[in-house]
Amino acid sequence: MKTEQLVTSLVADRARSTAPLGRSVSLAVATGALVSLLIFAIEFGPRVDLAEAFATWRFDLKLVLVLAALMAASGACVAMARPVATGRWRWGVLSVAAIAAAALGAELVVLPARTWQASLVGSNALMCLIAIPLLALAPLAALLLVLRRTAPASPALAGAAAGALAAAAAAAIYAFHCFDDSPLFVLTWYPLAAIPVIVSGALFGHRLLRW
Amino acid sequence: MSEPEDLSALMRAARKGDDEAYRRLLLLVASWLRAVASRGLAAAGRPNADCEDIVQETLLAMHLKRDTWDETQPLQPWLRAIARHKLVDHLRRRGFTDHVDIDDHTDTLAAPVAGEEGSALDARQMLASLPERQRRIVEGISMEGQSARDVGARMGMSEGAVRVTLHRALRSLADAYRKGRT
Repeated sequence: MKTEQLVTSLVADRARSTAPLGRSVSLAVATGALVSLLIFAIEFGPRVDLAEAFATWRFDLKLVLVLAALMAASGACVAMARPVATGRWRWGVLSVAAIAAAALGAELVVLPARTWQASLVGSNALMCLIAIPLLALAPLAALLLVLRRTAPASPALAGAAAGALAAAAAAAIYAFHCFDDSPLFVLTWYPLAAIPVIVSGALFGHRLLRW
Repeated sequence: MSEPEDLSALMRAARKGDDEAYRRLLLLVASWLRAVASRGLAAAGRPNADCEDIVQETLLAMHLKRDTWDETQPLQPWLRAIARHKLVDHLRRRGFTDHVDIDDHTDTLAAPVAGEEGSALDARQMLASLPERQRRIVEGISMEGQSARDVGARMGMSEGAVRVTLHRALRSLADAYRKGRT
């Protein structure tokens, strides 16, 4: 087949974009999160004092943190799916780090030092370590499927970013169940729970996202 | 080549449905790729016979992954990254692991050297390996120059179904290249 003939077929296949990358990624997260919500509704359910929790700054700050992480990870995931990435996604990660530092600082000022440890250990760290990876499974699978159609400069990094995004989505859901709102707890256990998801994302990415 | 064309603008027009712009873009990119691939092969001490296959594999990748181009960025770096990836990949499949640098050749993107266009040798084999229906559609459109509608009428399929099958065929071709059946 001559190249010019191939070009005819490519043109007939239409250059029109099906969907911008950002939208495909968001759609994948949303689809996966629906499955996770179902698991959440069956296995966990929202905390009983949800209405009161909204009135506390710690719970609201927890939501801000997970949502900021969700947006930052989305930006990173979209950037990593491209053969050449711009560095804009770093700003998102920086914002999360800034919010986290501020939250941590505020908590350490407000809380007496003798209660730090109790806040850090929380009431159910083990549940957090299990729930977040579990709720991240479906979003991660959906993301890897979408990323297979992209052209990541580094398949492993793209997979890791997908893992971070899936973990952030899972954390955003799990946050409504978890009673531990202290930034000390959230900033310790949520990232720890994300690590296995990020590592599996990188491993699967390395295998599945080569192009 | 009198005046370098704005490739990013061509791609933008193509995305809005301008088929002529897309054809012009793909042909420009093909002749640039031909120069890049043949220098890459020479640098690696490989015969030039694979050149057209690399060109076609890269064009397929660019086409199938066109959504990964960020419209706010110029098109060239994106093209270069895909070309580099495919060239390195092709050479690696043949056991060549050294670093291949195509950055020296990138000025040729605006003014491609006139190269003799060969035929991709392996593309024919790969085409033959496609499922019957996919193969007939690619042949009808590519070699006989028929429109999707004509091919559909001849095969008793709707135009939409022809396009869906064509897309599947192009993905199969890209996969076949990637799995190193070249």
